[in-house]
Amino acid sequence: MIATLVTPGRHRRLTRRRAVMLALAAVVAGLFMLTLMLGQSLTPPGDVLRVLAGQDVPGASFTVGQLRLPRAVIATLAGMCLGLGGAAFQVMLRNPLASPDIIGVSAGASAAAVFAIVFLSVSGASLSIIAIAAGLGVAALIYLLSFRDGVSGARLILVGIGISSMINSFIAYALVRAPGWSLQEALRWLGGSVNAVRIEQAGPLLAALVVFGGLVLSRSRDLETLRMGDDMAAALGVRVGAVRLSVMMGAVGMIAVATSVTGPIAFVAFLAGPIALRIIGPHGSVLIPAALIGAILVLGGDYGGKFLLPARYPVGVVTGALGAPFLIWLIIRANKTGGSL
Amino acid sequence: MTARPSPVPRGAILLGALAVMCLLAVLSIAVGTRSLGLAEVLGGLAGRTETIGQAAAGLRVPRTLLAVLAGAALGLSGAILQGVTRNPLADPGILGINNGAALAVVIGIAWFGIGAASSYIWLAILGAGLTAAFVYAVGSIGRGGATPLKLALAGAATSVALSSLTLAVVLPRADIAGGVQSWQVGGVGGATLDRTLLVLPFLGAGLVLALLSARRLNLLALGDDLAAGLGEKVALARAGASLGAILLCGAATAVCGPIGFVGLVVPHVCRLLLGVDHRWLLPASAVGGAGLLLASDITGRILARPSELEVGIVTALIGAPVFIWIVRRQRLRAL
Repeated sequence: MIATLVTPGRHRRLTRRRAVMLALAAVVAGLFMLTLMLGQSLTPPGDVLRVLAGQDVPGASFTVGQLRLPRAVIATLAGMCLGLGGAAFQVMLRNPLASPDIIGVSAGASAAAVFAIVFLSVSGASLSIIAIAAGLGVAALIYLLSFRDGVSGARLILVGIGISSMINSFIAYALVRAPGWSLQEALRWLGGSVNAVRIEQAGPLLAALVVFGGLVLSRSRDLETLRMGDDMAAALGVRVGAVRLSVMMGAVGMIAVATSVTGPIAFVAFLAGPIALRIIGPHGSVLIPAALIGAILVLGGDYGGKFLLPARYPVGVVTGALGAPFLIWLIIRANKTGGSL
Repeated sequence: MTARPSPVPRGAILLGALAVMCLLAVLSIAVGTRSLGLAEVLGGLAGRTETIGQAAAGLRVPRTLLAVLAGAALGLSGAILQGVTRNPLADPGILGINNGAALAVVIGIAWFGIGAASSYIWLAILGAGLTAAFVYAVGSIGRGGATPLKLALAGAATSVALSSLTLAVVLPRADIAGGVQSWQVGGVGGATLDRTLLVLPFLGAGLVLALLSARRLNLLALGDDLAAGLGEKVALARAGASLGAILLCGAATAVCGPIGFVGLVVPHVCRLLLGVDHRWLLPASAVGGAGLLLASDITGRILARPSELEVGIVTALIGAPVFIWIVRRQRLRAL
């Protein structure tokens, strides 16, 4: 009797979930193609596909293969890293505001990357490792500083705001000191941008997505249980501390690598989770949809910043200007309903 | 209202703080890439420029004067904001007010071709005022009014939005983009006597408003209902005091750029020493703010010799740990 009542509902939700994920993936693919096709000139889709297949197409090989492809690939991968990492934080701490770009994790990775580039002339894989180490260090510091008879969400967020405002002044210091200071480089570290990326930079991003993303996704069932509260999850057999630690490591790793390549693209990590939750509904894991939304935000923001506005803006300025009103709206709504902010 | 913890008379503490501040001001003239002796400092102060030392002292005077004025303004505005919002985390930097001032100035330069420094100040104050009103309105919606967490979050969100908008305004204008980084970190290094004197009337007006509102802030601390019951016009008292705070921090930001955490740290230390009476707290915060900014500026010059560290970075280094200490000290209920 119960089975006949429950099964159709579950089936319906599963079908809907699959359809939504497919649609999101299609949007990502569409924006990816759009980034490859449209630039200063229009390249027909046939030519784009032939370049992707490795053929030499006169007039298109350079623009598509050398200019647009790195940008599209990096934007997609970085967006997925940011979206997945941000959503993992939000689910783990049960608070949409506990996203890495508000509590200072992104700022830590960003500051380490700026220092490594400006003062140590580091690049490539070692840059990613430094950014990951700093991101983890800052996350651990924030966690420890907000620990007092357990970690409360409110204290974690406030400590994070304090830490990130301190770190941001370090970034400003390094930028002012940078020899050969260029606006382009500064913008990457102030706002986040995918201008002038190289295809080699996709390697660390892809590795981070596979290793750290895999780590987070492998814990996605436990994360779902954690949504019911720490005590309930522990009673249901989840080892809360271990899950928290591995999810945090995975999320910070992804955020840090993405930040070391593109700079802190404002609010993508914060926005992806809540948007995905709204689209997919409260049932099931929000992680993979959030990764897709992250890619859509970065690809779309980059495209919009290039072509839809009167001047050319880096993607971080676009997402920052769009994300902040959403954050303020979220605060107003939570305040009105007396939510547990 | 709790009893004051310290047995030392309040007047003595205030005089002591004033003496320390004067000592720091002299140090600020003496210390730098080239350290000066007392004779050279006195010669420079008297306006003589015969030796290099005297000339250097003469050059460091405007900088010292600006550090005193801006520090006092920031400390005072922090104390007022904390009193008005009854919120221990209120600070022009945390609430995004500095960023509002910066955005207004940048818009004025980029879109309206405003070049005169005297117009910057009006813009900065306008931007500071609008931002303060907005952040306070967002943060006080809902149950419990403006709790520290709600205000800090509203401020942090607004800061990010404002700095994104500042970048968006500056980017298409390559001719003014060189100044972007000077709005990221505040300093007193580029001080000239002209620019310092320009903000003096604004600081004076802010100071008068602030000191007039000291008694009212004491009443507001009792809670809105009780203050109204005692015959205080609550909304008017709040508006007057806030206007003073905004004049002070807007004018300071217009000359120095954003300097965070001075307004947060100083009133807390003063409250520990002098208790919660605003008639003592406000003057003490002004003196303490000037002292902290002077000390930070001197530290920045010593640490990074022969270059210098912007004072905004030093105050962030000192201020963020204090911020975290305050957050940890608060009971969870109050958050």
